Amino acid sequence: MELSGAQILVQSLIDEGVEYIFGYPGGAVLHLYDALYQQEDIKHILVRHEQGATHAADGYARSTGKPGVVLVTSGPGATNAVTGIATAYMDSIPMVIISGQVSLPVIGSDAFQEVDMIGITRPCVKHNYLVKDVTKLAETIKKAFYVATTGRPGPVVIDVPKDITAPHIKVPYKYPKKVSIRSYNPVVTPNKGQIKKAVELLLSAQKPIIYSGGGVILGEASKELIEFTRALGYPITNTLMGLGAYPATDKQNIGMLGMHGTYEANMAMHESDVIIAIGSRFDDRVTGKLDLFCPYAKIIHIDIDPASISKTVRVDIPIVGQVKPVLEAMLELIKDSSTKPNKKALQLWWQQIAQWQALDCLQFDRESPLIKPQYVIEQLYDVTKGDAYVTSDVGQHQMWAAQYYPFDKPRRWINSGGLGTMGFGLPAAIGVKLAHPDADVACVTGEASIQMCIQELSTALQYKTPIKIITLNNRYMGMVRQWQEFSYECRYSHSYMDTIPDFVKLAEAYGHVGIRIDKPEEVRPALESAFNMKDRTVFLDIMTDRTENVFPMIEAGKGHHDMKLRVAPGATTDRELA
Amino acid sequence: MKKHIISILIENESGALSRVAGLFSARGYNIESLTVAATENPSLSRMTLVTRGNEEVIEQITKQLNKLIDVVKLIDLAESFHIERELMLVKIKATGDLRDEIRSMADIFRGKIVDVTPTTYIVEMTGPSEKLDAFVAAIDSNSIIEVVRSGPTGISRGEKGLHL
Repeated sequence: MELSGAQILVQSLIDEGVEYIFGYPGGAVLHLYDALYQQEDIKHILVRHEQGATHAADGYARSTGKPGVVLVTSGPGATNAVTGIATAYMDSIPMVIISGQVSLPVIGSDAFQEVDMIGITRPCVKHNYLVKDVTKLAETIKKAFYVATTGRPGPVVIDVPKDITAPHIKVPYKYPKKVSIRSYNPVVTPNKGQIKKAVELLLSAQKPIIYSGGGVILGEASKELIEFTRALGYPITNTLMGLGAYPATDKQNIGMLGMHGTYEANMAMHESDVIIAIGSRFDDRVTGKLDLFCPYAKIIHIDIDPASISKTVRVDIPIVGQVKPVLEAMLELIKDSSTKPNKKALQLWWQQIAQWQALDCLQFDRESPLIKPQYVIEQLYDVTKGDAYVTSDVGQHQMWAAQYYPFDKPRRWINSGGLGTMGFGLPAAIGVKLAHPDADVACVTGEASIQMCIQELSTALQYKTPIKIITLNNRYMGMVRQWQEFSYECRYSHSYMDTIPDFVKLAEAYGHVGIRIDKPEEVRPALESAFNMKDRTVFLDIMTDRTENVFPMIEAGKGHHDMKLRVAPGATTDRELA
Repeated sequence: MKKHIISILIENESGALSRVAGLFSARGYNIESLTVAATENPSLSRMTLVTRGNEEVIEQITKQLNKLIDVVKLIDLAESFHIERELMLVKIKATGDLRDEIRSMADIFRGKIVDVTPTTYIVEMTGPSEKLDAFVAAIDSNSIIEVVRSGPTGISRGEKGLHL
């Protein structure tokens, strides 16, 4: 079969099993778009800005485990995609981004819409390819998907010069079934000796804690994590990226850890004598000040990426491997071992944890006449029966969603944890909804974040992806304001906007339903009616308490044991407004 | 901080060098020198990189380098017995009595005079970097016109080798 480069690219994606492409056409990809027009297997989602394409593909990938696919043109199309590529890179999300490039003979001549995409994306991709020979195109695509989805996943860019896709140059096409790369061997057999040592240490623990992260979700090891945790009877805490890998409503789960984690999770980390980190990477938002991190603990770390091990925190027993087989092997050893978890010590440990839990660190003022953002999230949980896909943007609302929506299943909580990209939530929700058309999909956002990719409301209408946008509108960049309150003596430098659009009208202008909510008693009925409108995108503009802060909190430079707690219910509401 | 010579076998593809250089600048590691050329297998390049850092930093550098898709294999030569060589070309003012003095100095260091003009010599010298440093220090700095050094390259001793 002889095909043009453009046809090869499209056919390769079909043969790869790609369902959706998120993209935006332009000069350098016209041949490709012409080839797309002439097939029906792949659905193309036309976004309104290339950043939206990357986040939508990302949301699709996070909620399914399948790679997201993006198609953008050269120059500004490519640079607009960079934020979304970096977002996926930081959270290890499998994605393949095809960017158009000017024709090979003019590369380097500052041609119209030319940019060095390979150079620009090098630090934020797992790998990238410039295609210089049409006969290698199919193989390159296969390699890109292989690299993106194996080992520690990540985004891969394929930069395709326009002349490579020219319709009149046809070459034989065959999509490789398998591909191997001599310099890339992602599957490592975990070291049995290390696993044995780890199990021995675990079973000798008096104050153990399991600290699991996004790697468990990426590695599809939720089931194994649950079995492992239950077999040991140890407390478990999840990172922001790991929420849902272990059911949040289970009694062994003591909540998220880190900067806005629960008091009990952070205290347990601080006091523990053995930590097992599973697919988590000791991010600075998790550890707090490194010198103060877990002073009494011996640390076991399971990670597929050797470079993640001992990067910031030295660990005692590293295990390089996929989470799933490692946990399976450990579970077997635990079951066969004559040593059992120390019941007596564990009982004392759980008693200590119960004391910390009794502090009720997530309490908030339930009597307030103002709408408390935490209350909105609780109601969202209730209305969706805890079974929605929830995307978020970045800031206070993100932390509240993480704290007050207990996720019991993996891949339900979709947020930009590593890069912290405002504008992520809405396009990601579109990607999630396309992948799960029958599920409830909510985007929890703020009035600042939502404006960063609000143009995608138009995409949501065109492709009939009825999502519910829950905007916690406090007329501030809340997290910035919170830091300014705590660390800059309430000098609220540029953390609010004097002109916020009428989101109800805006939603309506985009063809959706807009509802403004001013009082606490309106929240529940509005959420119910929004989720009852199965075929409409609904924008809920919820006027929340302007001065509410995210608690508890580890401030910069502090350790896990030194959390700032909410002083008394309602104490923060009286602060002066800017 | 100890000097480490990291020897890397890498795919001979455009952009491979910039991936390595970019990694160092992005993560704040320092490169003292870098040499690169194709190997006997034209699809592979051999890169020799000299860096300094404590044990943790060097461990991260080698792990991060290994993570690059184009990197096939690498070793830290400082971890075992190895041969290290650097090439240097020095252009030196040589007039009057200096001509004999520089020639004998070059002999002592087993250098070769490879270019002669009425007023200058060019001395070619190979050896461990420290030897080249010593030669430069032994010559009056006022008479040195230009020093060109390749940066060290190296190979491990014995039967072991870095290959596919």
